[in-house]
Amino acid sequence: MTISREDVEYVAALARLELTEPEINEYTEQLNSILNYAAMLERLDTDDVVPTAHAVPLHNVLREDQVRPSINHEKALQNAPDGEEGFFKVPRISLT
Amino acid sequence: MMIGQSVSELHELLVRKEVSSVELTKAYIERIHTVDPELKAYLTVTEDQAMVHASKVDRKIAQNDVLGVLEGIPMALKDNMCTEGVRTSCASKMLENFIPPYNATVTDRLKAAGTILLGKVNMDEFAMGSSTENSYFAKTRNPWDLQRVPGGSSGGAAVAVAADEAAFALGSDTGGSVRQPAAFCGVVGLKPTYGAVSRYGLIAFASSLDQIGPLTKTVRDNALVLNAIAGYDPMDSTSVAYEKPDYTKFLVNDIKGLKIGIPSEYFGEGIDQDVARGIRAGIQTLIDLGAEVSECSLPHTEYAIPAYYLIATAEASSNLARYDGVRYGYRTEAEDVLGMFKKTRADGFGQEVKRRIMLGTYALSSGYYDAYYLKAQKVRTLIKQDFDKAFEKFDVLLSPTAPTPAFKFGEKSSDPLTMYLSDITTVPINLAGIPAISIPAGFVGGMPIGMQFMGKAFDEGTLYRVAYTFEQNTQYHTLKPSLSGEVLARGSR
Repeated sequence: MTISREDVEYVAALARLELTEPEINEYTEQLNSILNYAAMLERLDTDDVVPTAHAVPLHNVLREDQVRPSINHEKALQNAPDGEEGFFKVPRISLT
Repeated sequence: MMIGQSVSELHELLVRKEVSSVELTKAYIERIHTVDPELKAYLTVTEDQAMVHASKVDRKIAQNDVLGVLEGIPMALKDNMCTEGVRTSCASKMLENFIPPYNATVTDRLKAAGTILLGKVNMDEFAMGSSTENSYFAKTRNPWDLQRVPGGSSGGAAVAVAADEAAFALGSDTGGSVRQPAAFCGVVGLKPTYGAVSRYGLIAFASSLDQIGPLTKTVRDNALVLNAIAGYDPMDSTSVAYEKPDYTKFLVNDIKGLKIGIPSEYFGEGIDQDVARGIRAGIQTLIDLGAEVSECSLPHTEYAIPAYYLIATAEASSNLARYDGVRYGYRTEAEDVLGMFKKTRADGFGQEVKRRIMLGTYALSSGYYDAYYLKAQKVRTLIKQDFDKAFEKFDVLLSPTAPTPAFKFGEKSSDPLTMYLSDITTVPINLAGIPAISIPAGFVGGMPIGMQFMGKAFDEGTLYRVAYTFEQNTQYHTLKPSLSGEVLARGSR
């Protein structure tokens, strides 16, 4: 097994996903199947290969620091599930 | 029938005043009302807005103004491209009620070109899938056989074009999501070079792979649409300031001396032999037309699937972190904010999206980053080098677009890996960032198959030249699915 049940629970916590028991079982099995397949990459010697992050190499795309039109406050908040006085509103931040 | 015609034919009808833009738009809306209850290509139909825009075009025609080639042409957008004031759901519960406050660059450019938006079309949730079965809202059916999938993730776009529910559509292609549904539904689909079409306003799946492309009835239409949407956009920092040609200049019926490479890996294991035979028949046609064809090898092809699924899911896990129930989208209430994040994402995302977030998060997590994500990026270099080498000898490469014709609902959805493996002929192209086009190339068991041409970066022109020549010398693109029977009867009920 490449990835254990505990790994799946740990990764779900990192990804901020609450998983059900059946989902944990299913993802443990499926991620193992996919990662075992991906293990074929180990056959390739890539020690001297430079990684490719983007197929078209572009670097430091900058623009002049000028004020341009942007979305107004009202529009920016129109899709928010909850808001108050022009702010996004969320439940309390837990300290535990 | 009017709605079955190509964009260039419709343009002629409008110019000659044989039909008005309002009449044309109405004809498509009627078609949607008739066949879409069964086919389910559309998630949103923007009928009222379409009629307003069509009247504007008609006023222009009445004044004898010069009419742009896309002006008054009714079309559809995949539901992951932002449309100001029109819901953009990504076929997800997460964005079920999301109304974008701005337009994607492609939306703006098509608007500026005078096209008429008919609506937003179905897809796999967040473009993750190869069959459109992962949509939260509906299963889109293949018009050639209602028991089969339309392909994905741009399944709605391909069906809308194939079933004459739109003159053309835009899809997005991260690992084959324009080309494979185009092949499954018998239409033309292009994935442009990475950086040729702006991604601004395209809801991100995997940012280093995503690219928007046109689905059309003919190769000429495809070039016309690419003319309108391609080109540098300062709003997308990965957009490339290249010299954009008039793509219609490449539409010549001549491929004498064109060097075509046939990568043997794309005809081997996992490829349906009837599909391979169909494509080989097409190759003979190209030889007869004067192309110089020989076999070649892209030796790292088999590694493309694992490299792709590690890179795409890693990028997706990062891109989809924004869906937390705070600024937009679905929210499940909870006692504290962390609980709200977790429940919102658990309830708002479907199974495939969660699976990919899990895989991507794992591949990026501490201790596994080098083994999976970095390794995949290095393999990506090797795959790109395979193509670079091949293009030293060849102008274009040719393969089947997909290993099989359209499969049945449920046939591959039970096992994610089986579904992933069906992308072997398309994902290497996205990893390399090069352009590729799928065109109708025959039938296997009554279902259309697609022939894929791959080209050098920013050489869409040569793809159009060879695709156009093949099209002009074959009849496959003229054949249409028969919807006169049960669909029409059920739809009009």
